[in-house]
Amino acid sequence: MRMSNAVAVLVSGLGLCLLASGAAPLRAQEAQVDGIVGNAAAGKEHYRRYCIGCHAKEGDGNGENALWIDPKPRDFIAATFKCRSTPTGTLPTDADLFHAITRGFVTTNMPPWGPLTRQVRVDLVAYIKSFSARWKTQGPGTPISIPAETPANMESILRGRELFQKMECWKCHGPAGHGDGPSASTLTDSKDNPIRPYNFSSGSRFKCGETNEDLYRIFMTGLDGTPMPSFADNIQPQDAWDLVHFLRTLQPLPTPEAAAWHAWLPAHAGELKPIGPDQGGQ
Amino acid sequence: MTGWSVKGRDCRRWAWPCTSLICGALLVGVASNLAAIAPRDHPARATLGDAEGGRGRAAAYEAYVVGTGGVLSARSAASLGVHRTASIPAFARKYNLPCSSCHTAWPELNAFGQTFKDNGYQLGNDRDSPIWLNPSYIPFAVRTTPGWRLERTTHQPVDDGSGGTVEKTLTQSGFDISGADLLMLGTLYKNITFGFVPTVADGEGVGIEAAFVRFDNLFRSRWANLKIGKFELDNMLSEKRSMMLSSNGTFYQTYHFVPAGDATDFGLGDNQIGAEWLGHSANSYTRFSIAVLGSVDGVPGLPSAKSSYDATFTLSQAFEAGKLGLERIGLYGYVGQRPTSFETSGGEPIPGTGSNGKAFYRIGAVGDFFLGKLELLPLFMHGSDSKDLAGGSRSATWNSGLLELHYYVSPQLVFTQRDEIIRMSQQADPAIPKKLGNIDAFTFGYRWYPIMFSRAGLAMVGELSFTKTIGMVPLSGDGVGLDPLSPSTGVRSTSVLLALDFDF
Repeated sequence: MRMSNAVAVLVSGLGLCLLASGAAPLRAQEAQVDGIVGNAAAGKEHYRRYCIGCHAKEGDGNGENALWIDPKPRDFIAATFKCRSTPTGTLPTDADLFHAITRGFVTTNMPPWGPLTRQVRVDLVAYIKSFSARWKTQGPGTPISIPAETPANMESILRGRELFQKMECWKCHGPAGHGDGPSASTLTDSKDNPIRPYNFSSGSRFKCGETNEDLYRIFMTGLDGTPMPSFADNIQPQDAWDLVHFLRTLQPLPTPEAAAWHAWLPAHAGELKPIGPDQGGQ
Repeated sequence: MTGWSVKGRDCRRWAWPCTSLICGALLVGVASNLAAIAPRDHPARATLGDAEGGRGRAAAYEAYVVGTGGVLSARSAASLGVHRTASIPAFARKYNLPCSSCHTAWPELNAFGQTFKDNGYQLGNDRDSPIWLNPSYIPFAVRTTPGWRLERTTHQPVDDGSGGTVEKTLTQSGFDISGADLLMLGTLYKNITFGFVPTVADGEGVGIEAAFVRFDNLFRSRWANLKIGKFELDNMLSEKRSMMLSSNGTFYQTYHFVPAGDATDFGLGDNQIGAEWLGHSANSYTRFSIAVLGSVDGVPGLPSAKSSYDATFTLSQAFEAGKLGLERIGLYGYVGQRPTSFETSGGEPIPGTGSNGKAFYRIGAVGDFFLGKLELLPLFMHGSDSKDLAGGSRSATWNSGLLELHYYVSPQLVFTQRDEIIRMSQQADPAIPKKLGNIDAFTFGYRWYPIMFSRAGLAMVGELSFTKTIGMVPLSGDGVGLDPLSPSTGVRSTSVLLALDFDF
């Protein structure tokens, strides 16, 4: 019984501590994702272990490995982030940073850190936010709303194809989505480093996710710090879904859109106008 | 306590030693350790050498071993000559990640490193295939450990000059260097990985520590990964990734223990030859492996039996415990057999003709628990060898347990401690004292990594390890030793190591 009491006291005490920590208001240099509170001090330890080689002790992205890395590591002092659920020009939410750490960035040196515990990842978010004064003066933007997806049928895919031409996506991403458009070689990021447009034909997923919803979000928020703008003011939600459905056909993945496209194409290839400058895009 | 019953035997007698083990392990402090290593009779380093000699093995198998030039002894020596192969800066160079990304403190893997390994040494960033690499990149690394060490063994039979024998404590010390591991691991193509690890040791020539090809994510499933060749078993507590390097501390006694008089040539920590099927969840929190292996304990060549296979499994599950960290529990088992009859020619056994295989098995549980910066690694094992292998009238059975602690002051400094005990529960020969072969082992050390980045690693190592074995010379990874004159004598062995462990 004595042991039972001791265990009960221990568990109760532990529970009270957890309750207290969970109930505390969010302080500066903290982050919160799905009820998990991250602390910058704890995050600093993890940052030293996992992140410092690329992002540097100062957080400016000039770690000892940065010289060898392309694209360059994120500069946390600038606090300009590609993958956000918030409008262009605003800070991302804690969840956005958490998901970026978890997912990593395909085709870059940033690996998916999903094996780290959620607590570690939220601690890292808290520490990353400590590098820039922007987090003290600005709150994160309000996440954009994403309407229900429209049907991914051939009509939608063809409308998306027209938009791909009309919006001049091909100038950077190339007519076939290979990232080899006429402007591709001239592109630079916000730090004047050369940057390549996304090649739809090689990646198994996007830098900011892998679902149709993720792709939609990329259009509407843009990738801050890169030439990829936000189209939130240029296209309607239904148009964005059409574009999503067309872009899916450019990927070497077994998506429903690709299946529909490849079934339709042999009989209708002659009806398609080629994408590119010949169609008045230049 | 009923849960401790093993094969119908009440294991309450384990309560005290296990409690002592845990409590002792928690006393992480130099003072207590120094007190513990001030033995009355100067515990001494002892060695394998002929650790298994002179203890009547199953006659046929022993005859076979003799007939094949003492292969068993060679295997045993190889078994304990633990090569440490598993921190590979070639991957750090490939991915521009520091050692600490994949290792709690190299060579031990952390959760991220385990996932990386499980995924076929790939990050999964669509840039894993060598076609994306600079052609000048070569997946090659070297690891070796020069340093100074002291070894001491008590109760060594020594001629007294008048035709008799007395027991003495023997001590030797000096500068030394470990063998070198040449680590060649890389990606042949997306989801196809190779590993080739020759080892070079002065006086021992070149050996093949590992050589395998693995096919990952078969059928686009993380649960379908196949590895074929010679490799370390998927032990959750990896001996190849041990942070301890001294002669006594570099291996787990549990993984290599065989009872007195037992002819089983097997070490759970030894790399084995066979095929392994592995599966894991996306973050490797859930993992399993099953393997079919040749009954050769990793020594290239066909088995001594006409046809013989061993089998093993591991299963583990990790779960998050908030700020404490990631906690993992696992089960493992190994079953094998060795021949006890051979065809003969001129009375000599013919290699490869063994039959009438008799079984042995090892089964147990293991954990990996984090309390913030403190990592606790408990392991329990129950072992049993057939009476025909153990050379008696009944099977030999024993239990063993260990608790290893790592305290990570920072990614560049870790203190380590291990307590380990092995207790015979039944000798194959009832005439053999029950305690014969019982082992108590303790190791304390530190590793400081003044250099840790994505190109190379250097660790400064200090370690103290001692072992006590009843009636036998303690198992050790190096040197020679003899059994004491009395089977009830506890032979103590001490290892001290100050070394530079570098990996480039």
